Amino acid sequence: MSDHSHNQGDHAASPFHATFRDYAIGFGLAAVLTAIPFWLVMSHALASHTATALVVTAFAVVQMVVHMIYFLHMNGKIEGGWNLLALIFTIILVVIAISGSSWVMYHLNANMMPLPGKMDGMG
Amino acid sequence: MSADLTAKYYDLHEHDHPEGFSTALGFWIYLMSDCLIFAMLFATFAVLGGNYAGGPGPKDLFDLPLVAVNTSMLLFSSITYGFAMLAMQNDNVRQTQIWLAVTALFGMAFVGIEMSEFRHLILDGAGPQRSAFLSSFFTLVGTHGAHVSFGIIWIGVMLVQLGRHGLIAANKRRLMCLSLFWHFLDVVWIGVFTFVYLIGMLR
Repeated sequence: MSDHSHNQGDHAASPFHATFRDYAIGFGLAAVLTAIPFWLVMSHALASHTATALVVTAFAVVQMVVHMIYFLHMNGKIEGGWNLLALIFTIILVVIAISGSSWVMYHLNANMMPLPGKMDGMG
Repeated sequence: MSADLTAKYYDLHEHDHPEGFSTALGFWIYLMSDCLIFAMLFATFAVLGGNYAGGPGPKDLFDLPLVAVNTSMLLFSSITYGFAMLAMQNDNVRQTQIWLAVTALFGMAFVGIEMSEFRHLILDGAGPQRSAFLSSFFTLVGTHGAHVSFGIIWIGVMLVQLGRHGLIAANKRRLMCLSLFWHFLDVVWIGVFTFVYLIGMLR
């Protein structure tokens, strides 16, 4: 109800405490997680482009989580969990916006192909 | 009667708001809204990224080794910003300034490489007006580059602030916000190099 003030003590404490260990682990993981996708694409190690794209996407997701934990120090405790809640809400919106746009526009494209010869200017 | 209800359901009394007590959360919510801007630009690129209008595509234009160098510049800048934060925690103004300056240099290298990439593309006739793919490419990557540029300006402002006032509570708070901003841009860049450059080369 109306108790806005109960967690002010949490705010007063500094939400931020970094350690050298965090940054070192984060940097090492990020370097590896960046190098492997670049190598995969540049060396054509996987025969299938679709497989490469999926693996590269998976590496990107893992690396984003690594950055969130080790560089942005995200956890469920800072600001009484509100940061994490805002992040989760944002991720949901991002996923809806990107996958929804791709899905709708892909089908629109596929179902509304211009007749051959009628729309020369289409890219 | 109604006054009782009002008092029951609404917060009528001003609470104590210590200086900066909600800055971290507020700034985080700003970053989340910024994240939505990038989500829309990524969605635009996902929709338009394959429309070359008979012009050049990613394979003709992108130079992956250069993108790899650029990516490492941003990654180095992330760890050097981390060292600045560690120096800040130890209340060492000099070291904080040095690491911030190193971070800014890596950031400038990143923006410089990106500008030269853009310049080459535009000189080769592959500017943003060439095709829907290039419009969405320049908008997405350019918006990220603009954010990094503003981050560099912010680092410059913080260097002056630190020189004048040292590591006072307000400056520590500002450096913490800048830390979130800077690392957030690195997270967005992961999306850019993966979905625009790497997967672009696979199209």
